[in-house]
Amino acid sequence: MKILSFLLAFALSFSAHAQLFLTQTGETRFFSKTPVEDISAVNKKVGVVLNSQTGEIVVRMAITDFNFPNKLMQEHFNENYLESEKYPYGLFRGKIQNLPDLTKPGTYDVSAPGSLDIHGVKQDRTMKGKITVQGDKITLQSDLQVALVDHKIEVPKLVFAKIAEVIDVKNQFVLQKK
Amino acid sequence: MKNSVLFFLLAFVCLSQTARAQDDDLLKSLDQPTSKTFTSATFKGTRLINGHTVETVKGKHLDFLISHRFGRLNSGVDNFYGLDEASIRLGLEYGITDRLTAGVGRSNIQKTVDLYLKYRLLRQSTQGSLLSVTLFASDAIVTEPTRSNASSTLYYNNGERQNWTFQALIARKFSDRFSLQLMPTLLTLAKPEQGPKAIPAVGIGGRFKISKRVSINAEYYARFLSESDQLTAPGGVKSYNAVAVGVDIETGGHVFQLHFTNSQGMIEKQFLSQATGNFFKGDIHYGFNISRTFSFDRKTKKDW
Repeated sequence: MKILSFLLAFALSFSAHAQLFLTQTGETRFFSKTPVEDISAVNKKVGVVLNSQTGEIVVRMAITDFNFPNKLMQEHFNENYLESEKYPYGLFRGKIQNLPDLTKPGTYDVSAPGSLDIHGVKQDRTMKGKITVQGDKITLQSDLQVALVDHKIEVPKLVFAKIAEVIDVKNQFVLQKK
Repeated sequence: MKNSVLFFLLAFVCLSQTARAQDDDLLKSLDQPTSKTFTSATFKGTRLINGHTVETVKGKHLDFLISHRFGRLNSGVDNFYGLDEASIRLGLEYGITDRLTAGVGRSNIQKTVDLYLKYRLLRQSTQGSLLSVTLFASDAIVTEPTRSNASSTLYYNNGERQNWTFQALIARKFSDRFSLQLMPTLLTLAKPEQGPKAIPAVGIGGRFKISKRVSINAEYYARFLSESDQLTAPGGVKSYNAVAVGVDIETGGHVFQLHFTNSQGMIEKQFLSQATGNFFKGDIHYGFNISRTFSFDRKTKKDW
């Protein structure tokens, strides 16, 4: 009986350690310079969750939440480029390798290998970025480049505004302890 | 012995349980109720071919439209199959809000200026309305000077130059490839050449996407005219119901609409009362619409 209770405590201690940090209002923006006009968009409703024990991280964003200054561009982006009716979400699942102690304030360089799923095409990617710890708040910053070819995003040959083959993406996620 | 086996079993079960729970939890903790999303891109532009679609210009955006209709295909090689002549309409449309658009245009046919308002009454959405409904009202003002020759109408005051059109545009996007629209319409002519002053009509039109960026469109307006109503266009020519078929090509930023129609006019008043071509006898005008959108929305500033 003693052993059983010890075991239970032991099992419980495992789950007690797993601390989740999350946000539903992370920001992802991307930018593409074209000779005609610059294309930029921001998504302020990115969901991010991080397990401080295992370093597992999931980032999910609805493609339709990207806001463009030019609404016609936004329509084309959703309808023809990312086909957001078919593939509503962009998703990253990864695991932060060199996870620092998230109880100690400071800024740390981290990298997270995982899979990036955009437009229904999964790519193995390693995200590199910075983690800044301030009390119960963790800020994740990460820049990456996404090649359109990698995710089968087609640019029509007739397009006047030449879209860059590689898109610069910036992420800033402020996570709160759950 | 028993105890140690139990220990391992229990530990294993507990550990695998927590591991699995975390895996699910991670994505589950992000789940949020899906909000209502409005159907976008029922049509690619504010025009189906000649007439309007349910689409309005987005708030603080300005659309510049250039529409052309060449002469008749059956006018022979001397007239380069119609390409030697063209009628044109230039237009500007501004989105006051996402749902309210004001527009102005001018065409060379009878030097007509058209002013209109469009209001999106209902929007098709995932958990709501099955249909999009947009209300449309326009005044087409004929500004050509009165000449006392047989082929032009005599205007004695400015009231006789106003021609009002009222429409309800009712559409549904059935799939990402197919949209259909019905257009109950009332056109009032202040001074018809010959025929009734009020012309009720109903239009039907749609688009079918044959590839990601190309769609085939068709549009037909049936007018309710009694047998005795001989509605004639200026010059005493018989007018027909407006027929049009075309393709839309989206090139990112622009939409090209290329089409064939029996109406040389590009606004409601003109294609409902002055479409003088018999489409099935080759009185077909080749034409195009091009639109370019400019954004004046400073709120979404580029804080890159």
